[in-house]
Amino acid sequence: MKFVVQVGNLVWKDLTNEFRTKEMLSSMLIFSFLVIVIFAFAFNPAQATTREVFPGIIWVGFSFAGVLGLNRSFTTEKYNDCLMGLMLAPVDRTVIYFGKVITNFILMVIIEVISLPLFFVLFDYKPQGNPWLLIPIMFLGTLGFVAVGTFLAALSANTRASEILLPIILFPIIVPVIIAAVQSTAGALTGKEWSEIGRWIKLLAVYDIVFLAVPFILFDYVLEV
Amino acid sequence: MEYRGLDTGRYHRVLGWVTFVMLLAALYFVFLYAPLEKVMREVQKIFYFHVASAWNAFFAFFIVFVSSIIYLKTRDRRWDTVAAISAEIGVLFTTLVLITGPIWARKAWGIWWNWEPRLTTTLILWFLYLAYLLIRSSGMEGEKKHLLAAVFGIIAFIDVPIVFFAIRWWGAINHPEVVKGSGGGLHPKMLHALIVSVLAFTFLYFYLLQKGLAIERCRQRIQEIKKVLREKFD
Repeated sequence: MKFVVQVGNLVWKDLTNEFRTKEMLSSMLIFSFLVIVIFAFAFNPAQATTREVFPGIIWVGFSFAGVLGLNRSFTTEKYNDCLMGLMLAPVDRTVIYFGKVITNFILMVIIEVISLPLFFVLFDYKPQGNPWLLIPIMFLGTLGFVAVGTFLAALSANTRASEILLPIILFPIIVPVIIAAVQSTAGALTGKEWSEIGRWIKLLAVYDIVFLAVPFILFDYVLEV
Repeated sequence: MEYRGLDTGRYHRVLGWVTFVMLLAALYFVFLYAPLEKVMREVQKIFYFHVASAWNAFFAFFIVFVSSIIYLKTRDRRWDTVAAISAEIGVLFTTLVLITGPIWARKAWGIWWNWEPRLTTTLILWFLYLAYLLIRSSGMEGEKKHLLAAVFGIIAFIDVPIVFFAIRWWGAINHPEVVKGSGGGLHPKMLHALIVSVLAFTFLYFYLLQKGLAIERCRQRIQEIKKVLREKFD
């Protein structure tokens, strides 16, 4: 219970900070709009082939926008030695990790809720299957992305060129999440059977559990100065 | 002052010669002993080196994983060095796998590359450990760098089985499965050649690891000497 309160406090601090400056939210939002526009130019929305790449486009947009946010999540803490302050706080180090995961998750969900309808509108996409299935898929996919991404953002924040390093180390590791998210999104949008979609959702869930568990063991080392 | 440079004694030299002889033996077995394959003729010979390189790459990454864990537990610099060198060797052999594979595939499947599961996983493996090497050269200092590299070395290895099984679900695998219990329908002489070349490459791995450790030792020694000299002249 104490753990939850501590995490909650950190999330509250981060979100207050974010909503005062709106630094990350605005840049992530603009970025995801730009991705939509560029893909709309690259793949003519009127063509039938666009329907096939649509799930991929969605996830490329989200993950690119997500990297922008992740990059900031630990580097902003470096100013005024805030990270040191966080580490001095009388809490378990994993609280810092989960606080950041939840903050990043909330920010990404805000971006997704705003830009997902735009994707559908601007690509004139009419889903056939059960669009409500997208909610658990988005939840699990974003959680996996954020769990790995936050961990690696903490790792790369200490390097000199952290903005460049993060995408390079993040994308190879995130490949299973992207594959599973795109496949299950495609399944949900085209109305495939549950057995088909279910195994990808299961993969997402397993991945999320693995990468939420790993930081319990390794996050201490990442923060160690 | 004791001199310990590139030549680290009899053990190193013996290993070098054994590796050399083993590689010669592998060449003999591959090109003279093993029969020609009916369809692909000479091109099939690349398979022996391809499989051996793949084995070396996986082995090297496994060593990275293990020594990263040991480094985190003990904080002994030597394990960090082992991980660093092993990752370099692993990337080298993964590159060889990715070069020899398409050459073979061009003849066997008629295309250089398809996104078949094992190809995809190998490519991702390559990217993962390139990223690992990038972390190592990212201009951090001292223990911090070793720590972060070790953490990433562990994380990267966790991902390998996940990628492997994830992609396995999405379709048929038409990569030849040679390393099955039965030998996978391989001619016995071909199997012998394969075993010899895998063994030879394993020796090559240990030789390169030795060499890398010796070079690293040299580097540290030079640093020490520089420090002494600087203190003298200042």
